[in-house]
Amino acid sequence: MTTSISAMGGIVRRKEDPALIAGQGKYVDDIRLNGEAVTAFVRSPFAHARINSIDTSAAAAMPGVVAVYTIDDVRHLGPVLAQVPVGVMRPLLADGAVHHAGEAVAMVVAENSYVARDAAEAVMVDYEPLPAVVDMKAAVAGATKVHEGSESNVLVTWFSHDWWPGVFELVDHRPAIAEAKERDDVVVVSQEMTNQRLIPTAIEPRAVLADWNHGYNRVNLWSSTQMPHALAGAVAKTFGLPSNEVHVVAPEVGGGFGAKLNIYPDEILTVFASKALDRPVRWTETRREAAFSTIQGRGWVATATITGTKDGKILGYELDGIADMGAYSQNFTVAIPVLGLFVAQGQYDIPLAWQVSCVQTNTQTTDAYRGAGRPEASYYIERIIDMYAAAIDMDPADVRRKNFFKKEDFPATTAIGLTMDSGDYERNLDTLIADVDYAGLRAMQAAARAEGRYVGIGLSTYVEVCGFAPSVLAEFGFGWDAYGMPTSFSGSGLVRVNPDGSATVIIGTGPSGQGHQTTWAQVVSDRLGIDYDSVRVTHGNTAESPTGVGTFGSRSAAVDGAATYEAAEKVGGKAADIVAHMLEASAEDIRFADGGAHVAGSPGHKVTWAEIAEVAYKPHKGPDGMEAGLEAHAVFSPGNATWPFGSHLAVVEVDPDTGNVEIQRYVGIDDCGNRINPMIVDGQIHGGIAQGIGQAMFEDAIYDAEGNLLSGSLIDYPIPAAGDLPAFELGWTNTPTDVNPMGVKGIGEAGTIGSAQTIVNAVVDALAPLGVKHIDMPLRPRRVWDAIQKARG
Amino acid sequence: MHVAMTVNGREVSGDVEPRTLLVHFIRENLRLTGTHVGCETSYCGACTIQVDGAAVKSCTMLAVQADGATIRTVEGLADGDQLHAVQEGFWERHGLQCGFCTPGMLMSAASLLEQNASPSEDEIRHAIEGNLCRCTGYHNIVRSIEYAASKLRGEEPAPPDWTMDFEGVS
Repeated sequence: MTTSISAMGGIVRRKEDPALIAGQGKYVDDIRLNGEAVTAFVRSPFAHARINSIDTSAAAAMPGVVAVYTIDDVRHLGPVLAQVPVGVMRPLLADGAVHHAGEAVAMVVAENSYVARDAAEAVMVDYEPLPAVVDMKAAVAGATKVHEGSESNVLVTWFSHDWWPGVFELVDHRPAIAEAKERDDVVVVSQEMTNQRLIPTAIEPRAVLADWNHGYNRVNLWSSTQMPHALAGAVAKTFGLPSNEVHVVAPEVGGGFGAKLNIYPDEILTVFASKALDRPVRWTETRREAAFSTIQGRGWVATATITGTKDGKILGYELDGIADMGAYSQNFTVAIPVLGLFVAQGQYDIPLAWQVSCVQTNTQTTDAYRGAGRPEASYYIERIIDMYAAAIDMDPADVRRKNFFKKEDFPATTAIGLTMDSGDYERNLDTLIADVDYAGLRAMQAAARAEGRYVGIGLSTYVEVCGFAPSVLAEFGFGWDAYGMPTSFSGSGLVRVNPDGSATVIIGTGPSGQGHQTTWAQVVSDRLGIDYDSVRVTHGNTAESPTGVGTFGSRSAAVDGAATYEAAEKVGGKAADIVAHMLEASAEDIRFADGGAHVAGSPGHKVTWAEIAEVAYKPHKGPDGMEAGLEAHAVFSPGNATWPFGSHLAVVEVDPDTGNVEIQRYVGIDDCGNRINPMIVDGQIHGGIAQGIGQAMFEDAIYDAEGNLLSGSLIDYPIPAAGDLPAFELGWTNTPTDVNPMGVKGIGEAGTIGSAQTIVNAVVDALAPLGVKHIDMPLRPRRVWDAIQKARG
Repeated sequence: MHVAMTVNGREVSGDVEPRTLLVHFIRENLRLTGTHVGCETSYCGACTIQVDGAAVKSCTMLAVQADGATIRTVEGLADGDQLHAVQEGFWERHGLQCGFCTPGMLMSAASLLEQNASPSEDEIRHAIEGNLCRCTGYHNIVRSIEYAASKLRGEEPAPPDWTMDFEGVS
């Protein structure tokens, strides 16, 4: 591979892979520092209990134990910082009481992990169990309080007509919808549905390594985080340092999915221990800790209602729900449902009345898990629209089409006042319908039904919102102010042409498998004509990237990618002046390609990047007054979010004797605007769909009534294995955006946002002849079988 | 206790506690960190290696049980600069994203192809069911292993199936 890698649509093998396929990728737990100590946590077996005493003496006396800490040692550091601090903040270690199973009570530091774990078991904690509330509805009712002395378990209720008072003046659609319900020509379809809790389950457990240097009074911190700059800010604020004295590195990160988008107590506590003990301190999570002390996601119960005419015109969509926040608020927690609200009405130009209450329970905190509010919102509207279609005996594709925002409606204003800049939903759905031969599929289904088989076709459309913008959203909580890093969710890209003509690109993201080294090298190679193999991209490093917001919300390409594009343009502008001087031409006529620059129309009249760089770093060779060096940094703050969309379809067959669901086909037509590397885009969609299917079919974070997590291992919490999934059939439409210079929208979460309801719609469609109208996820065989038995009476 | 074994063609030995897991011996004593720990309970497969030619999850085996064994880890897959066909397949067909499950996945794939030179898609999916990946949805992992199988048979691999520069299903 050499030059001419197209930034748009170019497929190139990933730069990340040679190390990763050779076992040379360095994740946090692969890094060792001389003299390091290892940490293990004592965790509560109770969901709610008073702590009468903690006896650390036996543990502290064990050979190889370095220290044992409780809240008394770290209370002065305050609670774990949260960006949206609504609710009760998590103490670094339990302070007098525990509020969910898995909460850290004490921290053991030892010479190795075996000793640390042994010692953790030797810490004696005297718990006095208190009543726990786990069920969301019971928590709303409030007979039992999650936190002693609190007045209510409900933290906030988000209303669609009033979600940001003073900023948006919005219509309250509730009276009009109530009026519509009285009409003779309408049907009202309503269903309560659960969108169950999930455990993100990155295959790499989280890990932290802290190394405090008392000489410099600074700390180096390696963490498997998606937001290194925010972590640097949080550590700095907690320990009273300027942020530039905290150097956070997120090296290889083995999957994030939102679970690594948080400040965690272990990150702060390893820093504390390293400072206190004057030696490096490491912590690596166990799988069980990943299940009940790293954040979880989803956890909603809500009633969706459509009021619409009998010929398919929707007059109102209502959602009345509860979202489970768990015991403590962390990074975004109560703001996650707001992300659902952003896409609550899906692709449809319909009146919206939405309210979701955020309630605390004695369970682990919920926060961003791939999609973060948007899969929940898409699930509810796409399920109820299918039930509405069934109620009026209309094809679900036709009902959707009838209510779409039309192409000419864009830019379209949503019911909550946001502007969707671009979209062409009809063309996208039509592409799916044509490519799968939808009519042929329905004919196949009819033939199967005639044979007594239960074949279903499920359809879903979706809208995603990503690259959260404009910057005023920072005042709502979409920024890092609470971590002492007051930023909007802007992007950072630094492009440097080095004296030898190679290029270094430093970006503000914290990826975990998305291929940023590859994608950004493509962008810079394309803009500057620098050989792809000569571009090195680094990320996840607070000492290298001037600013950084991290990787989440499908934001990286649309925001940091755009910043990098702009930085490359700036470098190109300066380089053009240098080349114009070298070639005695006009700067406007300079073109970059094939490892150097030439004069337009005269490809032989050229210089290489090494030659350009030498002039840049030896200013006496350049134009008069030229500043030495050849680099530029850009911070890109988009004027709007981006709004990808798509249409998904699944074909399933249900075995009525066992309840087993076989996914026979899964087809997705996604529109993320321009695609930088279609291979990587496809991979993101594949993984997203797999997680949506995981929710639809298998995954369920189950707590019992006392608050014990019953699904704390990978056997009780089955994520999809290879044999559980079909090959995916993908296609695309392209409706570019102009909110960033590359016309890209983001694709990291789209597959997840589009898929869970596609599967449930298909299964319910399969069982429609039996009269089954809804089954709550996950659609494990027993649950499907039960629904069949109930329908058969 | 003293253990000795052959790892990636090299004679190695060390002193371990009886309870030391083989994966910890490999990672901590030998500092071969390509073999990953994802669950310590044998479900995820990130720690898969070959012990005497068979794919084994090294978190379910004690180091002392491997005394005298011949072991191959991901670091021993390539022959110098020559990638093993499964490594090449994963690179060519985007069979990895975060890369954490990849070493174990590669070892399972290599073991499959040693036993079955022409596996069907179903056989591939079945063979890697003990290796969990959260990133790829397995689609491109299957294609990667198909690529490797073709290469090992001396055949031209099927072209990639990702969506290209046109609209609609490819």
